[in-house]
Amino acid sequence: MEDQILTIRNLNAYFGDFHAVKNVNMTVYKNTITAIMGPSGCGKTTLIRCINRLHELTEGAYTTGEIYLKNNNILSMNPIIIRRQIGMVFQKPNPFPTMSIYDNVIAGYKINGIKMDKTEMDTIVENALKKAALWDEVKDKLKQKGAFLSGGQQQRLCIARAIAMKPEIILLDEPTSALDPKSTLKIEELLEELKKDITILIVTHNIAQAARISDYTAFMYLGELIEYDKSDKMFTNPSNPKTNEYLKGCFG
Amino acid sequence: MLESAINEAKQKVVEYSIFAEKMIEKAIKGLLEKNRELLEEVINEDENQANRREIDIENQGITIIARFSPKAKELRTILMILKMNNDLERICDHAVDIAESALYLIERPQLKPFIDIPRMSTLTMQMLSDAIDSFIEEDPSKANEVVKKDDIIDDFRDQILRELITYMSTDMNTIERALRILNIARHLERIADLSTNICEDVIYMVEGRNIKHHFTLMEDKED
Repeated sequence: MEDQILTIRNLNAYFGDFHAVKNVNMTVYKNTITAIMGPSGCGKTTLIRCINRLHELTEGAYTTGEIYLKNNNILSMNPIIIRRQIGMVFQKPNPFPTMSIYDNVIAGYKINGIKMDKTEMDTIVENALKKAALWDEVKDKLKQKGAFLSGGQQQRLCIARAIAMKPEIILLDEPTSALDPKSTLKIEELLEELKKDITILIVTHNIAQAARISDYTAFMYLGELIEYDKSDKMFTNPSNPKTNEYLKGCFG
Repeated sequence: MLESAINEAKQKVVEYSIFAEKMIEKAIKGLLEKNRELLEEVINEDENQANRREIDIENQGITIIARFSPKAKELRTILMILKMNNDLERICDHAVDIAESALYLIERPQLKPFIDIPRMSTLTMQMLSDAIDSFIEEDPSKANEVVKKDDIIDDFRDQILRELITYMSTDMNTIERALRILNIARHLERIADLSTNICEDVIYMVEGRNIKHHFTLMEDKED
């Protein structure tokens, strides 16, 4: 059995009166890829935004329940500290447009006011770009702006930026939905490699992608966690008829 | 991801085939050396393990289809693995049946010296081994060679039948032992048939050409 890294207990998320995530309970295991799938509006993105405390930044939004990163309740910790330990990559690649590739990767340290000497920064940038399978493509143009890279490269740059902070977990919100199939495959292969060091939670509405890359899969519908199990089980013999219907493409 | 999943399933099916080959070898060795312990091992232990292997590979194959939706050659490969898995389970069942007949025979006076059964079993095991090699190497020409050997096995079976008929027609007391020996020949012949099936599947996997029941020949004639 894998080690538990994240435990979500009775989590509810609201936008004012709207109940977006309803009493979710789940455990995420270390060094695995967990996919959260479900139709649009099912609460999957809200769920992961609760995990690194982004949800509460929306006006009128709040959460109840508990989320433990190992033994610490995320919801009662400093969000800045949490976001260092839990990185996030969004649907649309969003490198800082005016920053160079190098500065994009090291941005987390600079924003957090962490001082380092040049050699240390160089090592962090090189390692992060290597882990993001981008180093060979950009090593000669580190001072160029990240915005000039292709969509797939920009997304890998965002992954490099997230992993440069050496987080325990990275959250990815539909990271390949704006990418072509080749770039998507590259990101999927990269995630498979990254999970050796980092636990990965990925939100996707793409059933095939969830099936291909994840060790565990959660299926959400109308804010509820309908089923959560090992992907081998979910995609061959789901326990809940609603999951079966969703996999058949009957709704969503 | 798909590639490594298929490779893992391939590896398991190869290990399963080696296991099946050893079961046949033990069953025949048990008969020739009158080794009761070896025969009981095939019946009481190996069969359970063979069944567990079958279920494991089947689950893995189903999972690969469900998770990766393989296409083209990858789809043919995974279908082949599942069919081969089924053939191997039946081969193991035949090995158990051979061991059961052998258990009966070793407790009784030997009807005749075993000459054709060892030859037949050697060739059968060779066919199975070559079938697996053709699968590992994805070599249709090797698979074709195995298919051709099936007739030699059929000749062995017919030869054994003819010989046993002479025993049975002259002395009724030999009938049960003769039928048991015939059973063994029949099971070996079925193992050879199943090895041939594997080879036909290899040709389908590599070339996408179905040669079962001379299917290609019939299609050619229609053209």
